[in-house]
This record gives sequence, C-alpha cells and structure tokens, in this order.
Amino acid sequence: MNAIEVVGLGKSFADQWVVRDLTLSIRRGEIFAFLGPNGSGKTTTMRMLSGLLTPDAGHGFCVGHDLVRERQALRERIGYVSQHFSLYEDLTVRENLDFVLRIHGKARRVREKSMDRFGLRLLADQLAGKLSGGWKQRLALACALVHRPDVLLLDEPTSGIDPEARRFFWRVIQEEASTGCTVMISTHYLDEVQQYCDRLAYLMHGRMLIIGTVHEVIETSGLAAVQILRAGFEVARKAEHQPGVEHVAQTTSGVLLTGPDLKSLQACAARIAPALPAEAVAPRLEEVFLHLARSDGRNAA
Amino acid sequence: MSLRMRAGMRRLLAIVAKEFIQMRRDRLTFAMMIGIPIIQLTLFGFAINTDPKHLPAAIVVHESSAWSRAIIDAAARTGYFDFLDRSLSHQQADRLLRRGEVQFVLEFPEQFSRKLVRGEHPSLLVMADATDPVTIGNALGVLATMPEQLAGRFPGHPNAAFGVVIHRQYNPEGITQYNIVPALMGVILTMTMVLVTSVAITREHERGTMEYLLVSPVHPIEVMMGKLLPYILVGYLQVALVLLAAIFLFHVPIRGSIGLVLALMLPFIAANLAMGITFSTMARNQMQAMQMSFFFFLPSILLSGFMFPFRGMPDWAQWLGEALPLTHFLRIVRGVLLKQAQATEVLVELWPILIFFLLAMVVAVVRYRRTLD
Repeated sequence: MNAIEVVGLGKSFADQWVVRDLTLSIRRGEIFAFLGPNGSGKTTTMRMLSGLLTPDAGHGFCVGHDLVRERQALRERIGYVSQHFSLYEDLTVRENLDFVLRIHGKARRVREKSMDRFGLRLLADQLAGKLSGGWKQRLALACALVHRPDVLLLDEPTSGIDPEARRFFWRVIQEEASTGCTVMISTHYLDEVQQYCDRLAYLMHGRMLIIGTVHEVIETSGLAAVQILRAGFEVARKAEHQPGVEHVAQTTSGVLLTGPDLKSLQACAARIAPALPAEAVAPRLEEVFLHLARSDGRNAA
Repeated sequence: MSLRMRAGMRRLLAIVAKEFIQMRRDRLTFAMMIGIPIIQLTLFGFAINTDPKHLPAAIVVHESSAWSRAIIDAAARTGYFDFLDRSLSHQQADRLLRRGEVQFVLEFPEQFSRKLVRGEHPSLLVMADATDPVTIGNALGVLATMPEQLAGRFPGHPNAAFGVVIHRQYNPEGITQYNIVPALMGVILTMTMVLVTSVAITREHERGTMEYLLVSPVHPIEVMMGKLLPYILVGYLQVALVLLAAIFLFHVPIRGSIGLVLALMLPFIAANLAMGITFSTMARNQMQAMQMSFFFFLPSILLSGFMFPFRGMPDWAQWLGEALPLTHFLRIVRGVLLKQAQATEVLVELWPILIFFLLAMVVAVVRYRRTLD
C-alpha cells in the first residue's frame, strides 16, 4: 500500500483555487520532493496531507487514514516540520523535547537518544529561541521524529540554514527513509533534489505539471542543452533571442544554452562563439522547470 | 514653508495615512474605540446610582396596630424601602438579612403601640445590612428623621412619639474597607484570570506554535484544560495574598469560614479562565483578545455591586449584573466572610457561576479550530 494516495485534491481560499486536481501516489520509504515557485501550492498541499487544512475537493489517504475523517489517527502517525519554527522559543531544548514526548506518550530515554542523535546534548538547557536557524531546525526535526512517524512532512526545512546543517538534515532523512519512513519534502534547492530524492513533482499555480524521477522529468521535458566552455557575458548576451534558444545561463564553466532542439543549439554555439569549444550536456532541472512554467503559461493563455 | 519642513510634513502625512488604512482594516479595534465610550456612557449615565431606592426590607411586628402601619406607610412613601407583604419572626428576618435578601429589618417591639399612646417613647429597632455603607447611608438617614417628621401627627395623641435605634449589622463602624477588601479577591481574579487566558490561544497562533499543536494528537479539551489548570493555582496564590492583607493590614473582621470561600472560589476562577479562553478562540491577535477582556471587565466591575450599589441600578442593569460571575462571587465572599453565612445560604449563588463556566467552555471548545482553515 502507498503511504500517500490522493485523488483530485483541491483547496481554495476566497474563491481562488490554490491547489487544483492533485492526484498523487507516494510509496512507503520514498523520499519525494515537492517543487514549485512561491505560492504554487506546496505548503497548502503539505497542510492538507497533515490534516491542518480541509480539502475542498477530492479525497486522499495518508498512512491509510482518510485526510478528513481520520485526522486524529493520522496525527499519531505523521511528523511535520513547518516552514517556520513552530516549537516553543521560551522553552529549552530539553523542555521542548519533553513536551513532545509527553504528548506522544514516549519514555524519557527517547529524549536522551534523540539528543545524542541530533547533537543537542550540549545545548539541552539553552532556550530554543536563542538557537541559530540550523539548530532550531535540528530540534524541530528531532521533535518530529520522537514518535517514529510513518510519514514525515517537511515544508522547506533547509531554507536559510548552512551547508553543514543541510547535510546533516539529509543524512537523517535518508536514515529514516531506509527504515520505511516516507518523506515528503518541499524545497527550492534543486541540487538537494537531484542528490537525495527518489522522485519529484513540480507545482505551478496549484497544478502539478510533472512528476517522476529527476531523469524522467528531464527526459519528458524534451529539452537539450549545450555548454559553450569558457564563454563570458558577451556570448551570453549574443545567445539571447537566437532561434532555438529558450534559456541562456552564465555558469562557472561558461554559457549554458537550453532549447528543444540539440542541433539548433549547436548551430547557435558555432555562430556566436566559433572560437570556443561547445559540448552537449544534460539540461538542468532549473531550465526544465522554467520551460514547463512557460509552456503552462502559453497553454493557459 | 522650508523644504525641510515640507519633507517632514510629507513623512508625517504618510504615517497618518498608513494608520488610517490599518485602522480601517482592524475593524474590531475600531469598533472597540467607538464601543467603549458608548458602554461607559450607558453604564455611568443610566445604570450607576449611588442613592439607591426601593431597597427590600422586612418587618417584624409583634402586634399589628394602626400606629405601626402608619409608620411603615410613612417609611414606604420615602421611596427608599420596599417592604415584604407579611410580617416575619425575628429569626426569619435575621436569616433574610444574612442571606442578603433584605437590606433592612424594621422591628416593632412588644407593646410598641401601647407605649406610643402612653407617651412612653418606645423605640423602633432597625437592623441594617451595613456591609456596604454606601447602599444604606441615605435610607438610614431618612429613617433617623422619621420620629421628628411624624411627631404630633398621630391623631388624638399629640404627645405620641417614638425613637429609632439602628443596628448596623456586620460592619457597625461603616468601614468601607470591610466591604471592598474581601470583594477585591473577586475583582483581581476577574481581571488577571481573564486577561492571562485571553491571550493563551492567540499567542500560540502569533508565535507559530499553533501549527505544532494542531498536527499533534492533542484534543481541544486537553489544550483548554491544560491552559486553565496552572492559573487556578495562581488564582489561589492571589487570593491568599488578599486574605493576608485583609486580616493583617486592613483588620477586616473575618467571621465566616475561609475554607468555604476557598472551596467556592474554584468554580469562580474556572469561570473567568473559561471566559478568557473563549475570547482567545475568537480574537485574531493578542491585542484583540485584550480588548475583548476589557469589554468584560468594565461591566463586571461596574455592574457587580463592587463599586456601586447593586440595588441602585435599573432592572436591565441588574439582569446584566446577574449574568456575571463576579456579582455572585461578591455575594458569596461578603456573605461568608462578613456575615458568617453558611454553605447552604450561599449555594444559591454558585449555580449561575457554574452555568457561566459551562457555557463559556462549550463556546471555547466549539470555536477552537482543529485546522488552519
């Protein structure tokens, strides 16, 4: 059985649909990334899956529990880390953990294990409000995991935290997934998605535009890319508005051209920078999503 | 106007315009700013009266006669007294006085009429519930002048005259502190308990911690009770402080059972906490919650009989007052501590407090949102 199963899920605020017709299945133990620009409906979807919001359309199950009718049972089996720190800033690290343990009826020794696992022991008596962003998120993740949830919902948990904390975060997520916990994470960091996530979905204006593995998503987009090595800003400027070039990006290696046809891109590279070497590369997720967004805009128009 | 002044004026107007926009959006605050003066005008203008009339009074007449009826009629005509229809025994009247059902007892002693006719100058005994000296002040003043006013008005008996002996029960010296200090327990509890809990839920929303509570398996009633229980203890600490001050600082004569007051205090504290929690589920932010609390304090303090005589208010204000827990708690605390009232005599005041608590809790639990919808 899938850990998350939703069909035609929708949510509106003030007659405006924020999430529309979302159909999704996520397997047990899968790390699933939820991507999309701000306001695309990622947080709303997470909140519907955690029972924080009531869907206005469709239906769904999370760990086998109906999202509307079995909220109480659902809450026992999910862990949730919100975009903003939602624990008590005027309690210490230890007190926050104790509070969560008592709510879930867990033994005190779980706290000790948790503090060791998340490296919180030295900060145990520090007020949560005085922690840095990275440590706050560690504490939030520790609290979300004390009751060994079956599904972990993480809403942009790595935003604004340093690379070391992010790396630690992902290590814990991978450990949890390996024990069968399903992780759904929303993020803007595409490198993290490529590196750690099994599958991803891209949302735009509340609609899911694409779903699959990173490879599948790139394949499905039908895009190709050419890297003009050592090319600078002048070449990038020339590449814009060239036929067949959809996106131009200045990278550390040179200029990356992306478009629907490889031959057109190669021809363009030869035309605007004949002296520089150019090679075909895999398109990046960033350009794929920009392409999808643009196509979606054209279709909507 | 210099360039600098013009720039200053422009910035000032920008802030004024922004404040107006925010004021328009925060309709509750705007309504409060208009509503509070209206409430104050209504309460101070129409409800509060420091010269109460039509105070309930009992009569103890050992032998009914034209003379005693004449004196009662004369007293009733002053407008200060509403006499019960029938004459009571001394014990019955005393019980009504202790329970606060009557404010005065007028007792015509045995052979009052005979002594009056004979010119022996008998005394009319007046027992007054003096716990609130303000309430009875003018009425007693009127009674004291009655012998003078009625002198020579008894047909056929030009020498007939009587005196008035007044017993100020429960507070013979008419010391205001005796009435105010025990009642302060109720006022302090109302102010602090409602205020503290009114921000309890809104604070969770504002700090973002509500999101955690809502995804956790905590039930609404558990959240409510969890937030109320610690403050019950705080309430008792406050009461202990006031009681110590009442005894050792203000030397209030404590005649009744402190234990009984402490026991009956529990539903009162709970009722105020429940009211605060209800406000907390209605308000969108802590500021609104505090404003709502103010809407509750104002009538509680003005209409409960704490500052102004309850019986001096018009009927509509008394009905409003009867709905407030503080009104009943003041009767309990003054009744027990100052008048030595027993549990059976004050239990009647407990029911309205319990009903208020239940209603407030039901509203709070119903209004508590289990989602962010």
